[in-house]
Amino acid sequence: MRHLLSTRDLGRDEAVAILDVAEDMADVADREIKKLPALRGKTVVNLFFEDSTRTRISFEAAAKRLSADVINFSAKGSSVSKGESLKDTAQTLAAMGADAVVVRHQASGAPSVLAQSGWIDAGIVNAGDGTHEHPTQALLDAFTIRRRLHGASARGRDLDGVTVTIVGDILHSRVARSNVWLLSALGAHVSFVAPATLVPIGIRGWPVTVGYDLDAAIAAKPDVVMMLRIQGERMNAAFFPTAREYARQWGLDDERLAKLPASSLVMHPGPMNRGLEISAKAADSAQSTVLEQVANGVSVRMAVLYLLLSGNAGEK
Amino acid sequence: MTARLVLQSADITRALTRISHEILESNRGASDLVLLGIPTRGIVLARRIGEILDSIEPGSGTVGFLDVTMYRDDLAKNPTRAPSPTQIPAGGIDGKTVVLVDDVLYSGRTIRAALDALNDIGRPRAVRLAALVDRGHRELPIRADFVGKNLPTSSSERINVRLLEVDGVDEITIEGGDA
Repeated sequence: MRHLLSTRDLGRDEAVAILDVAEDMADVADREIKKLPALRGKTVVNLFFEDSTRTRISFEAAAKRLSADVINFSAKGSSVSKGESLKDTAQTLAAMGADAVVVRHQASGAPSVLAQSGWIDAGIVNAGDGTHEHPTQALLDAFTIRRRLHGASARGRDLDGVTVTIVGDILHSRVARSNVWLLSALGAHVSFVAPATLVPIGIRGWPVTVGYDLDAAIAAKPDVVMMLRIQGERMNAAFFPTAREYARQWGLDDERLAKLPASSLVMHPGPMNRGLEISAKAADSAQSTVLEQVANGVSVRMAVLYLLLSGNAGEK
Repeated sequence: MTARLVLQSADITRALTRISHEILESNRGASDLVLLGIPTRGIVLARRIGEILDSIEPGSGTVGFLDVTMYRDDLAKNPTRAPSPTQIPAGGIDGKTVVLVDDVLYSGRTIRAALDALNDIGRPRAVRLAALVDRGHRELPIRADFVGKNLPTSSSERINVRLLEVDGVDEITIEGGDA
């Protein structure tokens, strides 16, 4: 693997292989010494043009557990605020000898520009670009689902026949986009539930069914309900009348939680708006995988960094 | 290129039985013994030795496996290797005598990686090494404590260890060289 830009590039076998490596990485987290020497001497740069806590810390923890050196770069307080271009920033990082660059950018497609431009020779990992994709989030979601469903025998298995309902702001959600491609490549059936204003145009080509009624979706007893964050920073038009109305129509409240089968998983990529798209009771219930998702995120990102940085990619 | 058969199924079983007795003898019994196989075929061999130990002294064959992929010194030189799972028996390895089990002992680099991996898991009382075949050409100061068969080879030859559980047949062959 040279870069990880989109889950659309991943086939079933490749995705299962990444998840299997992540299983091995997860075993390391249970040990007293949570460190592997595999990426000693490699440098990973976290290049974050957009705010993030869990993704950046997760990548940092993953790189450090593999003994790589980590350089954190955030646009605030850097030369980017003086107007430095992406090209110059990338070339600066290349000159410092970065082996992998983890990019989060507010513009969709920025990571693939970096990967294809030739400005920098490092492996590029997309850590969220605009409203396009967030592949490691989808991988950790798939990993979490697979672990909950299959437990210790999860290795080598896909998500054949699993029903996943993704609820909320699909329009702005890179998590939803990455999940659609990955989960359907793994054999799961994905459906969206959202207000019509938050369903993207051009969704017909996606391997997904669209509904507008959360109660009907819950009555269909999905194996997984994934609530998306209402992204206040991107709500620049009147997508729904008020937050309270959104919560009543499309929020996972206590009443809907009670109707959901006890075996269904409740997922959220975080950060959560408690009381808006998810109630506190749903977020803290035994069905909720929110904290597992965070823990699994480190394992999955270790697997991605390992697959990207180990091995002689040039000769393969 | 022809492959020369050097060990057959019965030879392998005999070698493993002898190794098992030697392990018990050098350990003065079966107490605090942990066998750790190195993937892929070392795991099979460790299980077989564990069964033989169990039949000699019941309850003595504690078997696990140890993946050394992440500790290899050639990660950057070869195409990406997928790691395989590590499973340490419930009692851990602290204060135990660990016997590493591998199929072929060659450069010794895999064993060096295994020693580093053990270091991150615990502190055994002693570490021993059992190999089904020792083919020479060591590149590190490492030797086996228990050897099934010494096979002096040229480095252009290839040793194939095939085991029933993985390959459907029990045999060891030598391929290639200047024959």
